[in-house]
Amino acid sequence: MISRRNLVSALVCLPLTASVGCSKPEGAGPGPSGSSGGTAPAQAGTVSLVGAGATFPYPLYSKWISEYNKANPGVQINYQSIGSGGGIRQISAGTVDFGASDAPMTADEVQKAPAKLHHVPTTLGAVVITYNVPELGAPLKLSADAVSGVFLGTIKKWNDPKIAEGNPGAKLPDKDIAVVYRSDGSGTTAVFTDYLAKVSTEYKDKVGAGKSVKWPVGLGAKGNEGVTGQVKTTPFTIGYVELAYAKQNKLPIAQLRNKAGQFVEPTAQTITAAAAGVEVGDDLTASLTDPAGEKAYPISSFTYLLVYEDAKDKTKGQALAKFLWWALHDGQKHAAELDYAPLPDALITKTEARIRSLRSGNDKLLPGG
Amino acid sequence: MTSRTAAPLTRRRSRLMALLGAEVNAGDLVFRGVAALFAITIVLVLGAMAIQMWVAARPSIAHSGWRFIVGRDWDPVRDSFGALPFIYGTLVSSLLALGIAVPVSLGVAVFLTELAPPWLRSPVSFLVELLAAVPSVIYGLWGIFALAPFLRNHLEPFLGKTLGFLPLFQGPHQGFGMLAGGIILAIMITPTISSVSREVLRAVPETLREGALALGCTRWEALRHTILPYARSGIVGAIILGLGRALGETMAITMVIGNRADISASLFAPGYTMASVIANEFTEATGDIYLGALAEIGLLLFAVTLILNVVARLLVWRVGRAPEGARG
Repeated sequence: MISRRNLVSALVCLPLTASVGCSKPEGAGPGPSGSSGGTAPAQAGTVSLVGAGATFPYPLYSKWISEYNKANPGVQINYQSIGSGGGIRQISAGTVDFGASDAPMTADEVQKAPAKLHHVPTTLGAVVITYNVPELGAPLKLSADAVSGVFLGTIKKWNDPKIAEGNPGAKLPDKDIAVVYRSDGSGTTAVFTDYLAKVSTEYKDKVGAGKSVKWPVGLGAKGNEGVTGQVKTTPFTIGYVELAYAKQNKLPIAQLRNKAGQFVEPTAQTITAAAAGVEVGDDLTASLTDPAGEKAYPISSFTYLLVYEDAKDKTKGQALAKFLWWALHDGQKHAAELDYAPLPDALITKTEARIRSLRSGNDKLLPGG
Repeated sequence: MTSRTAAPLTRRRSRLMALLGAEVNAGDLVFRGVAALFAITIVLVLGAMAIQMWVAARPSIAHSGWRFIVGRDWDPVRDSFGALPFIYGTLVSSLLALGIAVPVSLGVAVFLTELAPPWLRSPVSFLVELLAAVPSVIYGLWGIFALAPFLRNHLEPFLGKTLGFLPLFQGPHQGFGMLAGGIILAIMITPTISSVSREVLRAVPETLREGALALGCTRWEALRHTILPYARSGIVGAIILGLGRALGETMAITMVIGNRADISASLFAPGYTMASVIANEFTEATGDIYLGALAEIGLLLFAVTLILNVVARLLVWRVGRAPEGARG
């Protein structure tokens, strides 16, 4: 088993620069060294942390890393956005100091990890529906039925009654809908399909939720930029992309009807509202799609960092715990600037306790933990 | 060189020489060793890749068996993996690319070696080879923003109107699809095919050309009956090298082919290739069977490419030997 996992992580590493992605964390011995608490200090007083994983929060993480480095020049953090699957594989193989993933690890993945891994929610993001209908002036408004029907292929025309019902007075053309989906496995697809599976049992039975699914209709485009390219250049298309990407590229964004029956635009407030209304489990993970709140945007999700509870290297573990603490407090204000949403207060308190529980052997990593 | 004085010494030396193929010299020995090391490294890398992919693919081989190659359903959510649409898409897009690129490339090569005035030859060959230096992501973006809209608005409606009775040209005009993929690949492999065929045509002895013309052949007849037959196997080698590149191309074709694991007779319909599905799904794939299925696709692609390369090598080797045979 170990060898297979190493192989896979080696494959993942191939395209990365050799100096960072694959290097074993310096100072972390091959075995469980450092459990005595007497590890050698890192050279020259600088600590370097290596992380890998989700692409979706990458703009925010790179902002955090540069801000944190300005305040703490002794800590160098290198984050490789290789995808959530790669992040989970690399942290499980121990080739990085922290992993990152949009979807929580599955029970199977948790079991395969060599030691106890914690999910640390860092921020919130949303998936939005973008479209290209030249005739439309006002933003498109879609009910859950309309969204699932379009992506199932049961709603074929733009002037279908299920779409028209949400957009009274709008000029909807009698044209075929061309669906564009993400062809590459992505957290964005996972969140969107999770939503579709919740609002439509037909979708759940026929397609199901996952990072790559077998879409009943449409064309696949690679990445947010591919979906955007196809939607922008092709009239009468509809697709889904990350909020941050859609905002920065000024794409038309549909308003969605949430569980409470309100049409909601995705903003930092409506996304945080979605998280506030959801009970977060003991492992600090939760699905945020189709939440109950009046103001909640229905397609959003947490993104997580993955860290070992017991750090092999105390110096690195402490540096990582301090960075997490900073991200949870100072880091949150950068979220909205980059079109992510800050975590709700109740979750911050819960996450604080989780960061305080991180340890190296018997020593807590943060004072007062 | 050989002496008959001391028999045992000679024998030892000759055995060493037989082993090394030349007179023993310290510099040569080092050079030989280093060169051999490099050669062995390549073999080892190839072997290691094949073994690793096979090991990674084992869970999928056990899970799917032969259904993997003949199955048409690719559904990671339900762990159902059939690679036939990807094999089909890879072969069809590559063959389509060859169908477009071969006539163009041969035209370029013949023009540059036989017909063009000398002052035109180097600038045109330079421009053709420049196509090979364009990064594939640039081709892909050009495909999304220029080629696909052109196909959707102009070429596909035209083909549908004129040749729409063929199943190849039926269905909605979406721009993105097998046709777009084939055209992008054709542009990408044209420099490979044309520059190799140009070298092959250049290797045709001048005497043959002159002989054909002296017998009263026209330019076309000399080309058709003397030069092209002489260069045939080399040109086939060039085409197969181009095909190898088309089979392995990932980025550009992923951006325009539509990425849909369907088998459709229409060239307007979206398709999917083996390289594209690996590039698309590997980063986020989890679970041994899913990862194994992607590795198994890699293994299939590896096998197809390897076979084609061996064939190309054999053909290039044959054209290298041809002048001797012709003279003899």
